[in-house]
Amino acid sequence: MTTEVTIFVNGAEQTRAVEPRTLLVEFLREGLGLTGTHVGCDTSQCGACTVLLDGKAVKSCTVLAVQAAGQHVTTVEGIGSVEALHPVQAAFWEKHGLQCGFCTPGVMMTAIGLLQERPQPSEGEIRSALDGVICRCTGYQNIVRAVQDAAVRMAARDAQTASD
Amino acid sequence: MQLIGVPQKRVEDPRLITGRGRYTEDVRLPGMLHAAILRSPRAHARIQEIDVAAAQAADGVVAVYTGRDLAGKLGPIPTAWLPPDSDIKATAHPALAVDTVRYVGDGVAMVVAESAAAARDAIDRIKVRYEPMAAVVDQAQAMAEGAPLVHEDAPGNVAFHWKAGTVPEEAFTGAEVVVRRTFRQQRLIPNPMEPRAAVAQYDPSTGDLTLWATSQNPHIHRVLLSSVLGIPEHRLRVVSVDVGGGFGSKIACYPDEALTAYAAMALGRPVKWAETRVEHFQATTHGRDMVIDVELAGRRDGTMTAIRVKNLANMGAYLSTAAPGVPTILFGLIVTGAYTFQHAAVDVYGVFTHTTPTDAYRGAGRPEATYLVERMVDLFAGEIGMDPIEVRRRNLVRPEAFPYQSALGLTYDSGNYQRALDQALETVGYEEIRREQAALRQKGRYIGIGCTSYVEISGLGPSEVAGAVGFQGGLWESANIRVHPSGKVTVFTGGSPHGQGEETTFAQIVADRFGVPLADVEVVHGDTARIAMGWGTYGSRTTAVGGSAIAVAADRVIDKARKIAAHMLEAAEEDIEFRAGRFAVRGAPERAQTFQAVTLQAYLAWNLPEGVEPALEAAAYYNPSNFTFPFGTHIAVVEVDAETGDVQLLRYVAVDDCGKVINPLIAEGQVHGGIVQGIGQALWEGAVYSADGQLLTGSLLDYAMPKARFFPAFETAFTETPAPHNPIGAKGIGETGTIAATPTIVNAVVDALQPFGVQDLAMPLWPERVHQAIQAGRNGR
Ligand code: FES
Ligand code: FES
Repeated sequence: MTTEVTIFVNGAEQTRAVEPRTLLVEFLREGLGLTGTHVGCDTSQCGACTVLLDGKAVKSCTVLAVQAAGQHVTTVEGIGSVEALHPVQAAFWEKHGLQCGFCTPGVMMTAIGLLQERPQPSEGEIRSALDGVICRCTGYQNIVRAVQDAAVRMAARDAQTASD
Repeated sequence: MQLIGVPQKRVEDPRLITGRGRYTEDVRLPGMLHAAILRSPRAHARIQEIDVAAAQAADGVVAVYTGRDLAGKLGPIPTAWLPPDSDIKATAHPALAVDTVRYVGDGVAMVVAESAAAARDAIDRIKVRYEPMAAVVDQAQAMAEGAPLVHEDAPGNVAFHWKAGTVPEEAFTGAEVVVRRTFRQQRLIPNPMEPRAAVAQYDPSTGDLTLWATSQNPHIHRVLLSSVLGIPEHRLRVVSVDVGGGFGSKIACYPDEALTAYAAMALGRPVKWAETRVEHFQATTHGRDMVIDVELAGRRDGTMTAIRVKNLANMGAYLSTAAPGVPTILFGLIVTGAYTFQHAAVDVYGVFTHTTPTDAYRGAGRPEATYLVERMVDLFAGEIGMDPIEVRRRNLVRPEAFPYQSALGLTYDSGNYQRALDQALETVGYEEIRREQAALRQKGRYIGIGCTSYVEISGLGPSEVAGAVGFQGGLWESANIRVHPSGKVTVFTGGSPHGQGEETTFAQIVADRFGVPLADVEVVHGDTARIAMGWGTYGSRTTAVGGSAIAVAADRVIDKARKIAAHMLEAAEEDIEFRAGRFAVRGAPERAQTFQAVTLQAYLAWNLPEGVEPALEAAAYYNPSNFTFPFGTHIAVVEVDAETGDVQLLRYVAVDDCGKVINPLIAEGQVHGGIVQGIGQALWEGAVYSADGQLLTGSLLDYAMPKARFFPAFETAFTETPAPHNPIGAKGIGETGTIAATPTIVNAVVDALQPFGVQDLAMPLWPERVHQAIQAGRNGR
């Protein structure tokens, strides 16, 4: 038993037949082949699957595809490219915010969600905001540095856009 | 441009930060089927009947296999570390249980279906009738008279018994001070964020099988799986390029990957299997789980003279691939730590229980050894009324003593242990914190300072030693450097990094030696079709051993290029200097050829010197002459809330010496990650089994993983004492944090609780336990 669902993913309208139980993360990975969003657990703890749903960071393993119908989803593939990195991507690269990289897409999407709400977060706020993600490799310190750096980059970018 | 010792952004990152990494689960092939494995819900039971009819009939199901179906078709999973003289009972692990299940998570049946969801649904439709049998999960209980046996041929559940070193009886009978203590190294779940997975594709026309797998050592997997699957080694290709962490848990050869490969061959379609996180908890090897009795003898002047250690190591239900090496060689030989004990002896029992097999987990044996010696130093210091720092200072191997022969026969290569200790003390402001501690105690606040001065065995290792200690493999590493006609370079390494960043570190080594831009060097790893042989990434060996192989191969390339350059410049080879990418005639720097120009000539071969073949590439197989011995001092400052037992980490200082640092950014990142894992063991992580073998901490809901908000920023630094016996001087940094952090934290918490008379605490230091210890101390007074 499947139903058709349309979701706007990284700006493109995508329609797929899904089962009622199909998770948003399955829609992205299996349906669209967007494998940048990862699955690290089955109990909604790890945050590796975090995406932006209508601009808010959510764990895509906790949302059914049908629930996301008609909404806008942004995945790691949609935030920037190697030629034009998103400030958060550039900051994670610069500050060595990743090791194995498996948690990284989810961590970066979480960071984007945080920086949208709090453009100048304190270290404590960053660490609290990362509560929904687990990174086994980095010890978090360089993730925190990367988010701080991203905040600076985004402020600079916004100042640039404002003056243009 | 100087590239060694200079931070470089990682070259592997662009694909990983844009979502273009290709982890095993990301592999999608046309016509691919999906597998799911039914696992035993019982720790010990006889399988009376498996009814697969309903599963077979379910929608989308293509095949169902049980242990009986595989008899004679798929070999058991072997153990690859057999310590000599240990009477080892290495009962091979059947890929699926045939008539007995021996732990919760033991594979019972596999379903292959058109979708992952269909496969998962179908395993629920398999009916298994079990005859439950008594189980035992604790190693001491497993050795007791009358305990249920895990394997009939292992009486007393003893899998092996291994000893090293001797201590004359007088060392203890005549000692001024003897301290005795039992430490429990709780069981841990490795939990790399990427669960294990495998994708297999078989081409019956050629007999080629390609297996994408989450592996730390694809060549070891190829050797072992070719025998398990009965296919020739050259027909099996194992690919593990992007792997989402391992921490030891992706070293082992598991049944699941073999089953996936088998199904792909049997069904003629690609098959994917991907572990769920809950499955990871049950079916991927665990770490630690040792009960360790220690006796330490010393003098009142602070000298530690002898140490005797007995270790009961819980091996789980089967001996996993490298497991027997962990509590024996990797643990036993380093129990003297960084100190000059005259005598040391170790007595290790590997014990079977009805639990998930254990194997290497970041540090593998060395954290457990370091924990016991560092805790004993503090206990001994308390016993003789000396500052534990002073005890360390008096007993550390002195800088002039290197190479130092330890009581257990290792030769520590190089070090300046005092310097690391001094630097850590200065950074933390030791005296000042002691004063603050005293002042705060007056106000009913309890801070504590804990220290660890560790040394570890890494850079595994000399192959002769590997053979002597029963590792069924070599521990050298391969490098192949191919310079292309345009002067761009491809480096093939047998190391298999999965987060450690050697695509960058190795490119730095080569670019630095060739004097070419970093971007001109590509590092290839993790694919048995592209790399002839290699032993993989574990034991902090990849940079020290694999990097040395690369340096040797690079120098061979330069030697050949120098000959060609000399010929081009009409000069004698001895007169050619190679610096910053230019071959120049000594004394006439304007007479020069660039590396790229020489490379091109090597390929054109229009005018090569006599006896020089065309092309420019070189291989090296580097077999280290010794292990490497990284060392350092970590110091933590904690505050314990006496009302709640909650531990707050206030400061954490790490001074590590991993020899020559190639990329400080990466080295520091390794330290950070290791510290968090080590603290995780000290404070939160612990796998708990019920007496009948149920894993009570079976998911991320019940197993506490370290989170960002638990930590302050760490203060890390390096001292550099090069490894004297390898060409790059590097020692290894992957495990130091995990090795040092656990005892550092426990020492700090125990120190904080001195006013309550607390001498020891069982890990993890959950608030409840700390609170109970405080209460006991209060009531005792
Ligand atoms: S996959 Fe772990 S939280 Fe979504
Ligand atoms: S970088 Fe490996 S889990 Fe975060």
